[in-house]
Amino acid sequence: MNITEDVPPALTALDRPNSYIGRSVPRPNLARLTQGRGQFVSDVVLPRMAHVAFVRSPHAHARIKAIRTEAAKNAPGIVAVVTGRELAEIITPWVGVLTHLKGIKSAPQYPLAVERACWQGEAVCAVVARTRALAEDAAELVEVDYEELPAVTDPETALDPGTPVIHPELGDNLTFERKLDVGEVDKAFAEADAVVETTFRFGRHTGVCLEPRAIVADWNPGEQRLTVYQATQAPHMMQNLFAKHLSLAEHQVRVVTKDVGGSFGIKVHTYADEMATVALSKLLRRPIKFVADRLESFVTDIHARDHRVHAKIAVKGDGTITAFAIDDLTGIGPYSVYPRTSGIEANQVVNLVGAPYACPNYRAQARVVFQNKNVMCQYRAVGHPIAVAVTEALVELAAAKIGMDPLEIRRRNLIPDDAYPATSAAGLKFELLSHHASLAHLDAMMDYSGLRAEQKRLRERGIYRGIGFASFVEVTNPSAAFYGVGGAKISSQDGATLRLDAQGAVICHTGVTEQGQGTEAVMAQVVATAVGVPIERVKVVTGDTDNTPYGGGTWASRAAGIGGEAAWQAGKALRANILAVAGSILQAAPKALDIRNGVVVDADSGRERIGLDEVARIAYFRPDTLPPGFQAELMATRHYVPRTWPFAFTNGIQASYVEVDPETGFVKLLRHWCVEDCGTVINPQLVDEQVRGGIVQGLGGALFEHCVYDSRGQLLNGNMADYLVPMAAEMPDIEVAHVVSPTADSELGAKGAGEAGTAGAPGAVINAVNDALRPLGATPITETPITPECVLRALGKV
Amino acid sequence: MKPAAFAYAKARSLDHAIELLGTREGARVLAGGQSLIAALNMRLDAPPLLVDINGVSGLDRIERPDGQVEIGALVRHAQALGSQVVARDAPLIARALPHIAHPAIRNRGTVGGSIAYADPAAELPACLLALAGEVDITGPAGRRTVKADDFFLGLFETALGPGEILTAIRVPAATPQMRCGFAELARRHGDYALVGLAACARADGAGLRDSRFVFFGVGATPVRARKAEAVLDARGFDGLDEAVAALADDLHPEDDIHASGKAKRHLAGVLLRRVVREMQDPWA
Repeated sequence: MNITEDVPPALTALDRPNSYIGRSVPRPNLARLTQGRGQFVSDVVLPRMAHVAFVRSPHAHARIKAIRTEAAKNAPGIVAVVTGRELAEIITPWVGVLTHLKGIKSAPQYPLAVERACWQGEAVCAVVARTRALAEDAAELVEVDYEELPAVTDPETALDPGTPVIHPELGDNLTFERKLDVGEVDKAFAEADAVVETTFRFGRHTGVCLEPRAIVADWNPGEQRLTVYQATQAPHMMQNLFAKHLSLAEHQVRVVTKDVGGSFGIKVHTYADEMATVALSKLLRRPIKFVADRLESFVTDIHARDHRVHAKIAVKGDGTITAFAIDDLTGIGPYSVYPRTSGIEANQVVNLVGAPYACPNYRAQARVVFQNKNVMCQYRAVGHPIAVAVTEALVELAAAKIGMDPLEIRRRNLIPDDAYPATSAAGLKFELLSHHASLAHLDAMMDYSGLRAEQKRLRERGIYRGIGFASFVEVTNPSAAFYGVGGAKISSQDGATLRLDAQGAVICHTGVTEQGQGTEAVMAQVVATAVGVPIERVKVVTGDTDNTPYGGGTWASRAAGIGGEAAWQAGKALRANILAVAGSILQAAPKALDIRNGVVVDADSGRERIGLDEVARIAYFRPDTLPPGFQAELMATRHYVPRTWPFAFTNGIQASYVEVDPETGFVKLLRHWCVEDCGTVINPQLVDEQVRGGIVQGLGGALFEHCVYDSRGQLLNGNMADYLVPMAAEMPDIEVAHVVSPTADSELGAKGAGEAGTAGAPGAVINAVNDALRPLGATPITETPITPECVLRALGKV
Repeated sequence: MKPAAFAYAKARSLDHAIELLGTREGARVLAGGQSLIAALNMRLDAPPLLVDINGVSGLDRIERPDGQVEIGALVRHAQALGSQVVARDAPLIARALPHIAHPAIRNRGTVGGSIAYADPAAELPACLLALAGEVDITGPAGRRTVKADDFFLGLFETALGPGEILTAIRVPAATPQMRCGFAELARRHGDYALVGLAACARADGAGLRDSRFVFFGVGATPVRARKAEAVLDARGFDGLDEAVAALADDLHPEDDIHASGKAKRHLAGVLLRRVVREMQDPWA
């Protein structure tokens, strides 16, 4: 374990002569994207392509009595007006359950509501026209007779006997429930010197992508083949689902994913309107485009969080944490989202509360209930921000109660760095974490004692600043344990295929996808290093189920750790294959040769022997000059899936420094720090920006972002003026550093880094705000977003 | 988010614009389009005709007639922000402008459009009212001038009649005795205010006279806090607590998605204290 500097030290297994591992290599797609030459779905234009707009339910819950489409069908430019009942003939419904989430239940969901609309924004009718504008014009002419039904909106009463059951055939509104009781929780609380018990409320919010959801579906009746251009994180998963629900074989479906403008977990689910678009293409036998606009994105893109957690912690006078207990309740909309389910976030909360600490006693209950609001599902850092905020706020409230410094209580309880492998109370298996090294680095990096002195000085002048921390554990590199064992066709393995082209460059096809985060750069770095070529001579191809190796795509921070390792192994295989050819040309033992900077060299002396262009020329155009019986194989494929550990857990710690104006309740973010350990850092700049971007989304949830619903299930702020995404002016400088504990599960040693920022930021901010308000006698704040009103309430001013 | 179909006509002159507006009932003036186009795209509004006045000459000037500052309706926020005349002679407006949205919007959005649109949480309507300014209007019946006090009638409702165009605003130029103050609270920089305050008064010894404290984001229009003004005029800075208490009668903000009415009233009090202190000692 060591601390990385600007340029991390050379890494043993990866210490190739022209290694790109650990270097901030600019991404190869930068020029294309910055010159506006990206290919996003909205750029796709096909002959005879028509556009769909959806008529969406204005009610949270309503019976559809009649849909009158005549006027719309006679509108200019109209291709078709299709109702849910008609579309149900083309495509089968789906149910978002997994077998390993015991007892989870949901109801069949259709691409367009058939009998009932169950949330405000659910599509009830599709209007297809020559242009989107004409489709929207005609959509206004569709008349739907609704009979409004009572809306279930409050999770607290969703299970009450008097509350209507949204899907009567399910018996109740309970989607999923999990209970856990480990160690001697009651004893620990009975014997505690201090107990803190409180209720946390996390506001429902969403992920706002620069590019909205977008899809072009092109059913070709001549070929009996469906080609789907889709902004998705998981092309192969979608291929499987399109095939399954249109009753096609998977080889009849091709999913093409070119550039994607951000995903964050938003684009890894089955969306009813996208399934409708695919079905419409099959029905109408022509390409159909759907690009969600911002208004419909707010009521259809998955929401997340929205948890109420009763929680308590037991501590001894010396700071030893002896127990955690939580009761989590979350409302997930009317359907569990397919195919990953909407039970995962609550499940993660149960898994992750208390996870950084060596505390053996833990009781948890999580209940997931249906409600008549937009669906909720996995968004960046699934469950982590909730579990981390609950755990870390409890830890700091307990520290305050016993008069202990917040870093000190962590030093006394974080799992020691030499105690690995270790298992958490919830049963998570940790290969190697570095909580203490991370904490020590953070302490020095932020000049903690200096900040405390500044805080004290400023308080005397009536300026209230606060410092808050959040230690965290992040789930990355999931094996089949995440979804596969539950029956979902979501691949946990991934592949890479490398080909030496005829001029000695390397073409890499990978199953992981580029969402704007820099996958292409990371893959190119790994391949260039493994094969031994300059990075300019690597071309990475992603996102095409006809051409890329089968794989899971990009989610759960898996692209670099899993896709990267597959590329590394494929690179080694291709190098061996190239050296076999070179050996036969040079009459040398392949083992005595290596490839450096695109040239075959003597491994010992580094003397240049033959360029890869020449190897390729001979292999492809003059194979007759090679020895009889020798066949060059200049293409290699390797796959990888973690086998030793079900997940590669990472860890880290964040700190937030804020100033609170006690008169207005406004919170100003001054600075933010994060030390995290994602194992091998392949590209420091990309990792740091992942962490920063993640922190910004975490800060959004902490202070700004909130899908505000009224009691009738109406979203009140579904637009970019009223829904507050975090913007640059409010963001603090964010300093990022790393501790490096590679996973031994792979040679690359890389773990994921995509969610660490989002995981820890809300907890750190909650703690910082409470630290700032503590001398004012405020009630601790345990809700997000922390609005000015929330602070004023804590201070008793409103 | 595609607008319903609308006709578009580009006016060559003010008279032409008035003529065009008369051709279709419900026709709307297009200036910077920063609010109008968004409303069209969201289909919150579907006018049959947009009359584009961006080509009308003479509406984009900032002038300094005797004792006054006149800002043409087509002056962009960015242009006003860069104007020395505005900075020197209309300091309240200069103070408010950086709070309006973001550079891209300020490059297109116009002063006249902001006043005519009359968003109750916008900065410029409050400034115009605080400065006791006036607006020039041209319509089918000719030209008229309306005082700011008579201009803002209700939620997005002004004294502008059908077929009329706001052509300029005028405010008194700053004098050495004039004190102005501005503050707003927005959850993100550039958002419409949670609560804002634009204030103007005449310094009279240690006190203030003729004070006009205009809150925005707290009602259907910019709202003058007349009772608080009266207290401050009568008692000067010693009356600050009483003035803050008087806001309970002056302001009746309703709950919105960002804050309760109660919190808004509290914040209005905080702003009043801060702005009055600033006006008391502008060099602090």
